[in-house]
Amino acid sequence: MDYAYTLIILLLPLVTFLGLGLLSKRLPVALAGIIGTANLFIIAALSCATAFTYFTQEAGEAGFEAIEAYKITWLPLTDKLIIHLGILLDPLSVMMLVVITLVSAMVHLYSIGYMKGEKGYTRYFAFLSLFTFSMLGLVVATNIFQMYIFWELVGVSSYLLIGFYYQKPSAVAASKKAFIVTRFADLGFLVGILILSFNTGTFEFQTLTSLQGPVIGQASTAAFMGLSVTTWALLLIFMGGAGKSAMFPLHIWLPDAMEGPTPVSALIHAATMVVAGVYLVARLFPAYALSAPDALTVIMYVGSFTSLFAAVIACTQLDIKRVLAFSTLSQIGYMMVALGVSGYGGEAGLGYMASLFHLFTHAFFKALLFLGAGSVIHAVHSNLMTEMGGLRKSMPVTHLTFLVACLTIAGIPPLSGFFSKDEILVAAFEHNKLIFAVQWLVAGITAFYMFRLYFRIFWNQTPAYHHAPHESPVVMTVPLMFLAIASVVAGFVPFHDLVTSDNKPFETAFHWSIAGPSIAIAVIGILTAAWLYARPSLRPDAISKSLSGVYTAAYNKFYIDEIYLFITKSIIFQFISRPVAWFDRHIVDGTMNFIGNSTVAGSAAIKRMQSGHVQLYIWYFASGVLVLALLILYLN
Amino acid sequence: MNPLLFLILIPVLTVAGIALVKDLKQVRVISAVGMGAQLLFSFYLVYLFYSLRNAGNTDAMLLVSTSTWYEAFNIQYKFGIDGISLSMIVLTSLVTFAGVFASWQVDFLTKEFFISLIILASGVFGFFISLDLFTMFLFYEVAVIPMYLLIGIWGSGPKEYSAMKLTLMLMAGSALLLVGLLGIYFNSSPEGGRLTFDLTEIAKVSIPRDAQLFFFPFTFIGFGVLGALFPFHTWSPDGHASAPTAVSMLHAGVLMKLGGYGAFRVAMYLLPEGAHAMAWIFIILTTISVVYGAFGAIWQKDLKYINAYSSVSHCGLVLFALLMMNETATTGAILQMISHGLMTALFFALIGMIYGRTHTRMIDEMGGLMKVIPFLSVVYVIAGLASLGLPGLSGFVAEMTIFVGSFQNSDTFHRIATIVACSSIVITAVYILRVVGILLLGPIKNEHYNELKDAKWFEKVSTITLVISITAIGMAPFWLSALIREPLGDIIQHLIARL
Repeated sequence: MDYAYTLIILLLPLVTFLGLGLLSKRLPVALAGIIGTANLFIIAALSCATAFTYFTQEAGEAGFEAIEAYKITWLPLTDKLIIHLGILLDPLSVMMLVVITLVSAMVHLYSIGYMKGEKGYTRYFAFLSLFTFSMLGLVVATNIFQMYIFWELVGVSSYLLIGFYYQKPSAVAASKKAFIVTRFADLGFLVGILILSFNTGTFEFQTLTSLQGPVIGQASTAAFMGLSVTTWALLLIFMGGAGKSAMFPLHIWLPDAMEGPTPVSALIHAATMVVAGVYLVARLFPAYALSAPDALTVIMYVGSFTSLFAAVIACTQLDIKRVLAFSTLSQIGYMMVALGVSGYGGEAGLGYMASLFHLFTHAFFKALLFLGAGSVIHAVHSNLMTEMGGLRKSMPVTHLTFLVACLTIAGIPPLSGFFSKDEILVAAFEHNKLIFAVQWLVAGITAFYMFRLYFRIFWNQTPAYHHAPHESPVVMTVPLMFLAIASVVAGFVPFHDLVTSDNKPFETAFHWSIAGPSIAIAVIGILTAAWLYARPSLRPDAISKSLSGVYTAAYNKFYIDEIYLFITKSIIFQFISRPVAWFDRHIVDGTMNFIGNSTVAGSAAIKRMQSGHVQLYIWYFASGVLVLALLILYLN
Repeated sequence: MNPLLFLILIPVLTVAGIALVKDLKQVRVISAVGMGAQLLFSFYLVYLFYSLRNAGNTDAMLLVSTSTWYEAFNIQYKFGIDGISLSMIVLTSLVTFAGVFASWQVDFLTKEFFISLIILASGVFGFFISLDLFTMFLFYEVAVIPMYLLIGIWGSGPKEYSAMKLTLMLMAGSALLLVGLLGIYFNSSPEGGRLTFDLTEIAKVSIPRDAQLFFFPFTFIGFGVLGALFPFHTWSPDGHASAPTAVSMLHAGVLMKLGGYGAFRVAMYLLPEGAHAMAWIFIILTTISVVYGAFGAIWQKDLKYINAYSSVSHCGLVLFALLMMNETATTGAILQMISHGLMTALFFALIGMIYGRTHTRMIDEMGGLMKVIPFLSVVYVIAGLASLGLPGLSGFVAEMTIFVGSFQNSDTFHRIATIVACSSIVITAVYILRVVGILLLGPIKNEHYNELKDAKWFEKVSTITLVISITAIGMAPFWLSALIREPLGDIIQHLIARL
């Protein structure tokens, strides 16, 4: 099968970006949305076709084969290290293609309605296309350097879209924060790439993850501070992934990133870009599993802690987009845990499969939640749940689809979230009981905060709205319905036959012993939320008062932002930059000026000797002769 | 006649043309036409270079011609180019071309301004084609002297002070350099025979080790002063702040590259043992430059100071990479020179254009410019993104080549230096986004700015030329990298041969 046409999937969004960007003033405004959306529908169709042909092909002995559909040399760096740009098709990247293009197409369609009448409508669609291009380039990368290139491009598209409302200071600050925090993480990624490529002599994923090759074995001999060089390299690479995927403690940019338009949050900060870190680890998974199990353990703990930490914060937030943002952190934590507990090959690779399964289902239901939240925000012109309530009647489609999404994320069977989360819990249970317990608890908290959100928006007390809220236009509700259907059916995709750690299908069993308790805790979470929030009551306040210390800390996101602020403002700005600037002006430059000034002063001091008075010259002459004469006498 | 001589001849004819006319408009048009011709000619040189190569000419230097200038000391006009000097020539003609359009509105002593500017440029062209140390030095001085006039007369702020400071510091550098060059000259023939200034001839002999050790620092620091080597960089912020737009562009864009180019072509190439013995000192200094410049830029409030400190950081990376002494890192260094030359010229052009509208360069007095002057603001963002190393723009290509190249030196010292230098990508992001955030985004601070006009046609010519170059290198770096790399194999062999 020839997959060369996949190049179109990659290039079409780029062409759209350049076209919309350069012609932004000449095009009729409405056309931008139509062009952008049409182009996304084309590539979504192409991606689905690719996935269909790829997964229906005869899988050989070695499972699904990785195919390099396209490859050019971009820049040779050394004899061995050459940056190629190409398209790699394997189960992982094909799955990602489908997820990205489908969600992106829905978000584009939705945006036509949501962004209508906004200034910078064309710019918005241009940036969305840039993002789609970069994200697709990232997932089809044939080598780690190509991934890094697109990784940075994804970062900048995220920056541009978070700061879309560029006249709003909070949006500017948020975009800057997102870029700099992820850039810092990317420093780790870069150094990791440098170490890994130096030790293995290649950037290519195929070689880095090959099992037979001498590559990994060789590299892991040298050690530094008790860990092998490979472990260090992979940990540093994970640092990059943790930055993009907003793992603790690099998570601080994601809640602020909600300053961007809501469809952007759905696409970038829920469904696609933030799972890039998961994708990165999954892409290098054989290397992690076989030569750096210590790194996987780190990933497991980081993921687990983040999922708990974020879930607790999500229970206290009032801005509905922030609740969803923390929920995203928590769910990505799940995916990381799954990777961390996974082994390589066959059934040992259950965690790997579960992680990507969850990535897949999460993309749909989280995009749905964000788009639903956008629909609500569009109707009531506020982000705060305190200003919402009772919307179930005025916004029926939004209400129903949102309910589906909430049930899905809470893990109620037979919705997709249940299946993927269940697989993660099974994998965790087999690997580490403590982690299992944490993830089980987080499942309950998840159900609680999601239904807290649901009840506060759609039930509870109806406040006095300025305009009576009404349902969103069809271009916005159609994507909601599509994603709701996807959230329901995505769980039935036989992932264990398609996307596995060694690309070979394996059998999974269903465990009631694990599914039972997880359903139970989800139901408890939902009921608690209903008890507290379905009707107006004083119970929530009473509870938050009785837990005042914890509640305040969680509400303030455990003060992590303040710690960062201290580091940047007080240490980097005041303690390093300011002294450097002062040192440069006063010490380094002062020395130069001192040399200059002392030359001037010196010449000023001696210029009187050339006064033009002949008497003085004679006097100098005579004393000179005298001194010399005395000197000669003395020396002799 | 050697086609390279046209690189000198075209500017000289342009200067003559400007001197003959009286009208302000004609002065501009002649300058633009002259520098446009120069740009086209430098592209033609690329074509010529490749057709000679394709015809099977494998000499290290092409288009070589020699004529005696001063027989007694064996000083010659010797010209020739290889891939490295060719790429520097293209850079110079691009920046000069953009600079002419950026100075379209100079109305004080216009004629004299353009004459000085173009003389400066011709000095740079002469420097890059020279293969004789003495003529090289001569052209170097031709490039530095007009700078004094350009800043002192057409500058702003404390211009006399800045012009004096810049010139004196560069002259001090030249003095060191002259010692170094004479040192090389007097050791150029250790077995007796004729002393020579000929770069290619000197490379063939081995200069005694103690002479190399003694003269290397003179030569390297002499060039390093121009390349903003810490702690000899302080002429740069003041000089740039006072210089008129096109002068900043040419100075940061091209003249600072003379430092890197000379440090490599003369100091390291002719004194390899000295370079090896002392590389560690200069690696420390350049690593400091990289980080120190970036941190310094965070705290600045004047746009030109920010860019000047940023140049210290970026040019530090050039010298840093050269000292890594391998093919990849050196390719990266040359790429970085070109990339930095283009984007810093773009920055200074934009700063000049913004200053021309708002009459201030203090970022906290401005804000929200994106709304009123979108074209200039978008270009500023592009320049900023190039500076912080966004893939698809030239900075990324250069930095990544440098980092991968430097990392090939596997001892701990080089590793630590490389990782410290890598950290500049984060600090750069901080100061670039800070400026973009304060200057361009957010609400409009001063309501008078609502009446500002966006870029005029000549400003667009100037900036678009540079943006296209930056993007072209960023998207398709293969050819440029190959052009630069071509001569490097032999040069690096030469550098490490006598270890």
